[in-house]
Amino acid sequence: MPAKKAGKNLGVKVEYLTRVEGHGNIVVEVRDGALEACRFDVVEAPRFFEALLRGRSIFEAQHITSRICGICACAHSLTSIQAAEEALGIIPTAQTTTLRRLLLDLEFIDSHVLHVYLLALPDLVGARSFLPLVASHEKVVRRALRMKKTVNHLSDTLVGRHVHPISAIVGGFTKLPSPADLERMHEELIALRPDMEATVALVASLAFPEFERPTEYVALVSDDATYPLLAGDIGSSDGVRLARREYRRATNEKVVPHSSAKHTSLSRDAYAVGALARFNLNHEKLAPRAKEAARVLGLKAPCHNPFLNTVAQTVEAVHCLEEAIGLAGELLERGVDRSEALVVGLNEGGRIPVRAGEGVGAIEAPRGILFHRYVTDDAGLITAADCVIPTNQNLANIEGDMRALVPEILHKSDAEIQLRLEMLVRSYDPCISCSTHLVRL
Amino acid sequence: MRRPRTAFFDLSCCEGCQLQVVNAGELLLEIVNLIDLVEFREAMSERHDGPLDVAFVEGSVTDEHAAARLREIRGRAKVLVALGSCASTGGVNGMKNAFDLAEIGRVVYGDGRRFFPTATTRALHQVVPVDYTIHGCPIAIPELLTVLKCILAGIPYTVPDQAVCTECKRNENVCLYDRGVTCLGPVTRAGCNSWCVNNGNICYGCRGLVSNPNEKGMLQVLTSRGISLEHVVRRMEMYNRCREEGPERAR
Repeated sequence: MPAKKAGKNLGVKVEYLTRVEGHGNIVVEVRDGALEACRFDVVEAPRFFEALLRGRSIFEAQHITSRICGICACAHSLTSIQAAEEALGIIPTAQTTTLRRLLLDLEFIDSHVLHVYLLALPDLVGARSFLPLVASHEKVVRRALRMKKTVNHLSDTLVGRHVHPISAIVGGFTKLPSPADLERMHEELIALRPDMEATVALVASLAFPEFERPTEYVALVSDDATYPLLAGDIGSSDGVRLARREYRRATNEKVVPHSSAKHTSLSRDAYAVGALARFNLNHEKLAPRAKEAARVLGLKAPCHNPFLNTVAQTVEAVHCLEEAIGLAGELLERGVDRSEALVVGLNEGGRIPVRAGEGVGAIEAPRGILFHRYVTDDAGLITAADCVIPTNQNLANIEGDMRALVPEILHKSDAEIQLRLEMLVRSYDPCISCSTHLVRL
Repeated sequence: MRRPRTAFFDLSCCEGCQLQVVNAGELLLEIVNLIDLVEFREAMSERHDGPLDVAFVEGSVTDEHAAARLREIRGRAKVLVALGSCASTGGVNGMKNAFDLAEIGRVVYGDGRRFFPTATTRALHQVVPVDYTIHGCPIAIPELLTVLKCILAGIPYTVPDQAVCTECKRNENVCLYDRGVTCLGPVTRAGCNSWCVNNGNICYGCRGLVSNPNEKGMLQVLTSRGISLEHVVRRMEMYNRCREEGPERAR
């Protein structure tokens, strides 16, 4: 719908957008019907992780970089480990890879449930937060908290805790689940299915805003049948395919003054990462139950409505639960080789050979593709580091969406426009404090 | 009894400690019943600018804007709680203090660094008085509940002031020094139930140092195993770099 009210003036300034991770402001100014400013300001204080890593042992990197984000700490750990292992020339065992995939599945379920229920749902049912929902939708709130609790418990068993995992390190795991642990995990995962089905039914009952803006979607892609989260090349809906080592050709970061997180671009002036990007590129590889969920939810690829990222997250949560059930069952059947448990440390005994090298990790975090790159000297100390975070890759695209959306909704009241813009930004599930420390080497 | 008007705020951090609060599961609903939760930006759109009974603050002070915000929160809160390592010790953000600020700005932002001023990282108590401290990276839910009970009862919470080793021994872990690696358990404040060591990792010192560390004993352990003091001090910097700045320098 084009702008109907020529001559309209509008000033939206949302300071410290709520129900997102980190600090961001929405600024929109319309003067006499013309869009004069349309920005998503990132005002998070930078934490300079890449600069702090210099001089640190490559074996410490994952401990430090998981502190970039408390919500996707496991994805940061796993990306960091992948980069470190490449720099050191370590190839993980098949068992380690299976356990890592299981960990990433748990993280996706936890993060997507958090976003769908506690961050996005209030907007869709006209509430300010989950608190009023405790009275109006008690069963729904309890289900969300119960699902989170279960997944956290599973993460505790696997890696000690979900926020900043303890036992996932370079080379493998410092503890391994016992047969009894695996049996319980498998049972608890299967027991999550009814709540997951109820989640799909809930999301199917919600009305999402109609809006479309085609853009370039970027996610990991691969030639095998697995929905690629832990491994793959960089792929885009505009036909780009690059090895993960070439991530800087895909991201093209640049500093913009209004954001302590840098902006990125690939074939166009902006691209999107995250659940919708992954769905658009890899939907054929989803588990059958996830495909069925997509059908029930009416989500079809290619989908160009950013508000439906929340729907794509729901589909992925189903997929990750199914994959986790399969992986836990596989481990249970095959048995875990407990002799693979590692002793942690800064490699004090020099058991693991170190070398001067360079490694890149590329993993799908819940909010999109995440890159870490480390350069090490011959003592295994980091000399340079780079982290490119999903949210910063989405920032230019968010602004592109805002510029396209504002004229379409200009006839609405100022309060409605502001809410719609907040919902747009929230639909990307931004993780702002993660995104504010990006560097070009 | 009136439920205490309570808010959560975040300065520079990963927001993992607030997430731990949300991770309490259905217990969260019982917590919410005990308090009057008026602001929690990560999970709520409601805002509150008036007086507060209890303010939980996560994150460390890394620029002047954050210091001003913290003073403003302190000014309207009867009770201020430092939530997690970034708030209690400066946390991993404190590692920044080992570098020249202009230099790290240049490394990360190049010529764009002028847009993003930064300052020496400080823990909350280095800027304003703090009433309760919940250590840990991230915080542990049981300790959060204990502190909450103390706040509701109007009594102080005493953070355990013995070494992590005391808990680790009770958990019957094999000493990591006997497994050939260094661990900060001998000098780090307990209260986490040796969380990391129980999961096969070392103690990284996220709860800060005990007030009276047994330096002689630690040195003896290091010497007997041929480990240089520098190696351990370097590791302590991960969470304890802000300690060197001291409260007086923070003014």
